[in-house]
Amino acid sequence: MSTQSPSNVSSQSQVVIPVLEREKLILNNRSLSWISNKVCGIIENKQPALWWALFIPCALMALIGVVGGLSYQVFSGVGVWGNSNRVMWGWPIVNFVFWIGIGHAGTLISAVLFLTRQNWRTSINRAAEAMTIFAVMCAGIYPVFHVGRVWMVWFLAPVPNSNAIWQNFKSPLLWDVFAISTYFTVSLIFWYLGMVPDLATIRDRATTKIRQVLYGIFSLGWRGGNRQWSHYEMAYLILAGISTPLVLSVHSIVSFDFATSIVPGWHTTIFPPYFVAGAIFGGFAMVLTIMIPARYIYGLQDLITMKHIDNMAKIILLTGTIVGYAYLMELFIAFYSGAKYEMDAFTFRITGPYAWAYIAMMALNVISPQIFWSRKMRENLWVIMAVAGCVNAGMWFERFVIIDTTLARMFLPGDWKYFSPSAIDVLTFLGTMGMFLTLFLLFLRFLPCINIAEVKWTLPESDPHYGEDANDKVKRVAAYQKELS
Amino acid sequence: MSKEAKIYGYLAEFANAQEIYHAAEKIRDAKYSRWDCYSAFPIHGLDAAMGLKRSKLPIFVLCGATLGFITAISLAYITQVIIYPTVVQAKPANLFTIPAFFPIMFELTILFSGFTVLFGVLGLMKLPCFHHPLFNSKQFSRVTDDGFFIAIEAADQQFSAEATRELLESIGGTNLEVVYDEVVEEVQSKA
Repeated sequence: MSTQSPSNVSSQSQVVIPVLEREKLILNNRSLSWISNKVCGIIENKQPALWWALFIPCALMALIGVVGGLSYQVFSGVGVWGNSNRVMWGWPIVNFVFWIGIGHAGTLISAVLFLTRQNWRTSINRAAEAMTIFAVMCAGIYPVFHVGRVWMVWFLAPVPNSNAIWQNFKSPLLWDVFAISTYFTVSLIFWYLGMVPDLATIRDRATTKIRQVLYGIFSLGWRGGNRQWSHYEMAYLILAGISTPLVLSVHSIVSFDFATSIVPGWHTTIFPPYFVAGAIFGGFAMVLTIMIPARYIYGLQDLITMKHIDNMAKIILLTGTIVGYAYLMELFIAFYSGAKYEMDAFTFRITGPYAWAYIAMMALNVISPQIFWSRKMRENLWVIMAVAGCVNAGMWFERFVIIDTTLARMFLPGDWKYFSPSAIDVLTFLGTMGMFLTLFLLFLRFLPCINIAEVKWTLPESDPHYGEDANDKVKRVAAYQKELS
Repeated sequence: MSKEAKIYGYLAEFANAQEIYHAAEKIRDAKYSRWDCYSAFPIHGLDAAMGLKRSKLPIFVLCGATLGFITAISLAYITQVIIYPTVVQAKPANLFTIPAFFPIMFELTILFSGFTVLFGVLGLMKLPCFHHPLFNSKQFSRVTDDGFFIAIEAADQQFSAEATRELLESIGGTNLEVVYDEVVEEVQSKA
């Protein structure tokens, strides 16, 4: 060990030590105004033909499926769906859990990745939050119309009915009402508050009066003063802080709908973490499914880089493996419990008439993401899109397996039934898909789909100490190495 | 701009985040109090450079969260135990029912906190504010794009037409501009 003091080193030689740089979040050294131009340009310019080619069929699908399908359901009664004794929950609740799950990635990206200082979130958080809002809207449709008489849906609200009977606050179904409505409200606040500075950017660039007035109203007169930023950043931090437990609680509470019952196959303590992991898994798959085409259509390759996609693929691999662990653990606990009904429920799932759904779930959710162990596969957008599609389908099958196969084989053999959906079931589900995509396309058209202010903040030159101690780092490393030798 | 219009203050542009950061330190040291740095993104550490105190928002949110918690527990307890005890699956309707209310308590705490954050932060930022003298400046529209500005208000005790201008120029301010308060001008012309 040499006793040379570090002060000598700087005067000696310019030792250039190769320091591994972090991969850049924004490529090609883009400037601040380039970012504003790029993101605002999407709103200001004419939409590409591909936008219209997607928008028209999606809007039609939403119109026929959601407006048409649900009107028919309201006029004819809930029997137009395939729900029947005993599979009362049928497709609507499967779809509800499916959409709620998709809604989880947005808040996870905005809140959890914010608290853990994952700066790569800035390029994707806005679109993911929008996705959350729209997915929760699609989810909300199902329980509301599933109650049968939709005009009685106010019974869910905590007000006494005409017989002065209050809701049962001990019921997980009521917890669900509180959880979902809170989640929707807080996500909306998070989304809107995060958008205010960007709406101001569009306001200041506006060339037409209408745009100036509308974006002016929604940007609330934002000026970007540091006295505003200071409170704003605190608000953002608190929202991230409260959204993190919120996002974990919502799917836990959704899983309580099942786990607090005594139905074999549902009555398990692993449900809350298993549902949350599954929700993040499915949500990230949906983010990739819609962001990769959007990135291509609008040429956002410098903002949403392969690094972002790689990170998301890794999260899918991780959560997919957690979900796989949960599937196996569920089987093991059923076996280990020695409870006959529990074991029967799982044997039925795997070998019964619903085996196809169980195999699809396992293959799509657990096996397909394992391809992401290979770096080459994480760099191939076609593979990523294919896996994301598999995961979206797989997560739907998971909910189908959990809900419908369990209800189809309860305690009394007289209740046993093979469930099949009706045409209206399929139509409504396609309708919500159309509605989701329509809303997302409108979002791309009218709102800044990338968080302009935060992306600017991640640029190296946005650091107030940028360029001040460029040589210091090299010197420090050199001094340290000298000391070691 | 008519001559009787009241002066709002000086607006000066700075080249980048580094310059505005050091300029802010100097204005803070010159003991100005009614001034602000404007940028398209939050600049790390600028609060300290400007000598700003930590935001009071967390105190509001704590109150909001407490209110949400109390609302939830009273709503659930009063309706389930006092007004209309629903006995389902032999679950108790007394003090020991409270664990079943935890999800509701948690969710309403978060919901009320969320609303307090929204309304609290808008109150602290004094938004919505659709008319502001700074919007009269043409160059100020670049603040949400790539402009970095410092505005010192004429209402500041330290403000003087000469000294403040010199200070802003000495710390690297360019495109120095006097911003007028048009709102006052309108009121005057009407009167």
